[in-house]
Amino acid sequence: MGLLALFRRTPRSANLAKERLRIIVAQQRSARGGHDYLPLLRRELLEVIHKYVNVDPSSVQIQLGREDGHEVLELSVALPEGRGN
Amino acid sequence: MTEIIVVTSGKGGVGKTTTSASIACGLARHGKRVAVIDFDIGLRNLDLIMGCERRVVYDFVNVIQGDCTLKQALIRDKRLETLYVLAASQTRDKEALTSEGVRRVLDELAAENFEYIICDSPAGIEKGAHLAMYFADRAVIVVNPEVSSVRDSDRILGLLASKTQRAERGNHGVKEHLLLTRYSPRRVASGEMMSVTDVKDILGLDVVGVVPESTDVLSASNAGVPIIFNPESDAARAYEDTVARLLGQSVPLRFIDEPKRGLFARIFGH
Repeated sequence: MGLLALFRRTPRSANLAKERLRIIVAQQRSARGGHDYLPLLRRELLEVIHKYVNVDPSSVQIQLGREDGHEVLELSVALPEGRGN
Repeated sequence: MTEIIVVTSGKGGVGKTTTSASIACGLARHGKRVAVIDFDIGLRNLDLIMGCERRVVYDFVNVIQGDCTLKQALIRDKRLETLYVLAASQTRDKEALTSEGVRRVLDELAAENFEYIICDSPAGIEKGAHLAMYFADRAVIVVNPEVSSVRDSDRILGLLASKTQRAERGNHGVKEHLLLTRYSPRRVASGEMMSVTDVKDILGLDVVGVVPESTDVLSASNAGVPIIFNPESDAARAYEDTVARLLGQSVPLRFIDEPKRGLFARIFGH
């Protein structure tokens, strides 16, 4: 650092690091904590639903979220147009 | 009462072994009976940092496999009489370290009235790292203020919260402490490096110490004398403070602010 540095705006790269890490850590933390069973749960639910309705595997969505301190398991199944077949 | 402390990080090269050695020496200087164990099977280093590499006859795996007794394998430190080192094996067979074997050695150390057992974890999240943390009561997570180190340490936090005996038994989990190493107050002040507060907020951990970047650390490992013994070094003072905090004392953080520099130094200095 010399004379020029006194007048040059230094890039605050530490802020970039901080923002990137905030996102990474939030993602890592939401992905852990006993939620490893989601893929299996999805598959088994699909099998049960299949007994009654012929649904496309991609039409079953499962999500775990948080609301007011509770964990919410959200399951959405898009039923095919002509039901009951 | 024996307390097991794992020194871990996920990422390699952040200062785990340096930290393990200095914390072990620091606790022993407080008169505690301490054993420090190298869990890096195949790549032992702690013996070098402790300066006892020529006195390693038996190692951790030898004890587990029953080739010798624990007493034969423990190397007594030449400087501190309550400090013992258990070296890692140089075997390439990582399977030599078993959960049952580790448990037996830790139980025996507890029966021998060791007050602290420091487990120096290998880098990564493989078996050695897993076993180093599995039986721990507390964890010192060594982090450099740098993106990959912080991300890896968060992975380690995930493992501490799920893959440890305390987590499995549901009794309060492992107590986690953040130790920042290679900290440069000058670079923090210029906005090039994340600050203590930044890293603390991102990880949500208590700070047990901040060790400034120091050329003394390399000299210490060159000489095989843990940095904490260097009376001239700021890094040594930072480790002493860390040890005091681990012992429950309240000590303010030092060496986290840039030394005040005059205009002359700012124009011509570095």
